[in-house]
Amino acid sequence: MPQGDYIALHKKRHGRRLDYEERKRKRQAREVHRRSRDARQVMTRAFDLWQLLGAKGKRFAKKRYAEKAQMKKTLKMHDESTSRQKADDVEEGAIPPYLLDRDQTLRAKVLSNTLRQKRIEKACRWGVPLPKVIFNTNWSGLWLNKKCSKFYELAREKWKRMVTKATFIGPGFTRKPLKYERFIRPTGLRFTKAHVTHPELKCTFNLDIISVKKNPNGEMYTSLGVLTKGTIIEVNVSELGLVTPAGKVVWGKYAQVTNNPENEGYINALLLV
Amino acid sequence: MEDRTEDLLGFLLQVSSVEPTHISSLKVHPPPPPSREHRCHPPPPSPPPPPPMEKRDEQQLAGSSSSVMCQLVSPEGDHLGAALYLPQNVGPPQLQEIVNHLLHNEDKLPYAFYIGDEELSVQLGAYMQQKNANVEVTLRIVYQPQAVFRIRPVNRCSATIAGHTEAVLSVSFSPDGRCLASGSGDTTVRFWDLNTQTPLFTCKGHKNWVLCIAWSPDGNHLVSGSKSGELILWDPKTGKQLGTPLTGHRKWITSVSWEPVHLQAPCRRFVSASKDGDARIWDITTRKCVIALTGHTNSVTCVKWGGDGLIYTGSEDCSIKVWETSQGKLVKTLQGHGHWVNSLALSTEYVLRTGAYDHTGKTYSTADEMKEAALARYKKMRGNAPERLVSGSDDFTMFLWEPTISKQPKARMTGHQKLVNHVYFSPDGQWLASASFDKSVKLWNGITGKFVAAFRGHVADVYQISWSADSRLLLSGSKDSTLKVASGGKDRVLKLWMN
Repeated sequence: MPQGDYIALHKKRHGRRLDYEERKRKRQAREVHRRSRDARQVMTRAFDLWQLLGAKGKRFAKKRYAEKAQMKKTLKMHDESTSRQKADDVEEGAIPPYLLDRDQTLRAKVLSNTLRQKRIEKACRWGVPLPKVIFNTNWSGLWLNKKCSKFYELAREKWKRMVTKATFIGPGFTRKPLKYERFIRPTGLRFTKAHVTHPELKCTFNLDIISVKKNPNGEMYTSLGVLTKGTIIEVNVSELGLVTPAGKVVWGKYAQVTNNPENEGYINALLLV
Repeated sequence: MEDRTEDLLGFLLQVSSVEPTHISSLKVHPPPPPSREHRCHPPPPSPPPPPPMEKRDEQQLAGSSSSVMCQLVSPEGDHLGAALYLPQNVGPPQLQEIVNHLLHNEDKLPYAFYIGDEELSVQLGAYMQQKNANVEVTLRIVYQPQAVFRIRPVNRCSATIAGHTEAVLSVSFSPDGRCLASGSGDTTVRFWDLNTQTPLFTCKGHKNWVLCIAWSPDGNHLVSGSKSGELILWDPKTGKQLGTPLTGHRKWITSVSWEPVHLQAPCRRFVSASKDGDARIWDITTRKCVIALTGHTNSVTCVKWGGDGLIYTGSEDCSIKVWETSQGKLVKTLQGHGHWVNSLALSTEYVLRTGAYDHTGKTYSTADEMKEAALARYKKMRGNAPERLVSGSDDFTMFLWEPTISKQPKARMTGHQKLVNHVYFSPDGQWLASASFDKSVKLWNGITGKFVAAFRGHVADVYQISWSADSRLLLSGSKDSTLKVASGGKDRVLKLWMN
């Protein structure tokens, strides 16, 4: 008996062998022989007469085999019969025959149903996506920035501020000349990727951020690229393979940040479809 | 043969002199064959004497060779005529004239030319310069007959015809191309009128999704298979069901294929494959299952009735079985795949499906006429080579077989990164296309199985592919809800048609 989940983990990561079904079927087919061998051995222990019991056991197995073959034939006959009492109910979600054995959509339907349930339960706890973007102009309530370190307490640099929240900069960013730089965005708090969850598929992808669209705490935060809970960001979704009705490939979509990145060190977002 | 060659040279000289002359062609004349000058055609009108400036260039060019030694070869490898000395400004149109002349074709048929597996689209001179080819070696030019008609590439959706209330699962044109039938998840089969783009008949009768439909090659019947395992015959002219449903299969029908019309006209028999592991041959006049081809241990995914009277079935038990049709005996089992066989394709598939009908639109009144015409078409399509079978599988590879010759595959085509869902020969049998779940469509040489090109336009699994009747355009449909048209042989996406 395995202790731990390493077997299940391996199965999840690598899937099964290509001939798994075949080997399983063969193993189950051999069960008959195993059972018949066991049956023979049990009888020998009880009666202690090898030869006769060996034959007896074999006869027993042979009889069982004949019964099984007969049962299979009657089942097949029933299947092939033209009269059907039970009417087939027509399911939804018709798929062509080459997809019938691959149960992609069936699994997705079940999945989406269960996940819808979960989301309804969790909705109150998360509270995101926010029903509308709330603008908060009360700056003092939100500690965005602090005065820079003691060194810069000198009068000539009293006006500098360091941003203490997660920010997104963009690839072509260069700092302003030091004399004119007002907001310092430390590299330790700069993020380029977000863990974006697709609400329907409930799959999370690590996607690049393209830009910060809107921060609910004000335009200043949006222009600085600050990422706080509720910020709308634009992410690169080319790996999802989405297509517009016109046939063009979609590569950017909006997502909303659902955690506090400055406390946690990563960005979780929900894709707004 | 010698006469022939000279006539051609004379002919060529005339042709080349009509072309818009530019500097190099003025100077380049093929050296006339030494001893036969007196038997030549009258020399062409001599070009105006080149101005003195160019005389120096002429000297330079005379140093390099001014004509190319070529040998025309048929696709099977036979030489056509003797080796020819051709001037450098000879391009595909002139080569076409030569081939037509040498083959004594009455109408001028179009040809495509290939040197070493690459198509020749420029003049010989330009080609030699590009490749820095050695002029001493005879250039082997393989000519390939092309379809006489040309299909226009699709550039817009001409109509959206509504009618089905659920997903359309299978669709098929009739063999003469005049009628369209479709089966859907709402359990109906519908016939559509192509001239007015409106529905003709709605045929109810199935109990579950209609999974596959197939037209008989003479166009008189349509059979449809459903998820409950029953097959129903329809009359396309009235839309009425012919008789009761054919039962016998225990699980759903995966594929249906009719007996070719050149083996029996009017069409009587067809074979159906099902998930329960057997294929059944049915006779529509007695409305019974004639033979059940059992032997596969898992679902039969694909069945094809070949032109030689053999039935090929591909199954999820990783094997392909070849059956003989008079008694239903197993002839061969082709093993080799590591996982499910998803799809089969025959090199003569197009001709078998369309029967006697072709682009001329001729109709036939008697069954015998149809049979003869179909037989002629089939023989022409096949030539001397045996039928080729390609199977695409879940193990990411495809095999090219010649089942009538041997049990061993002729070639293994690898390269896809996910399972191959659909393989399809082009109507002239020269190309093979494969659609795979790795979002790409790959093009292969239909005769040798060598890889030619890959089309990577799709962003999700590619489900099915289809060729245009002239083998010039390839259409691929994918899970990302788009269809893309590509020009076969060149790696270029022509037009995107969204549905």
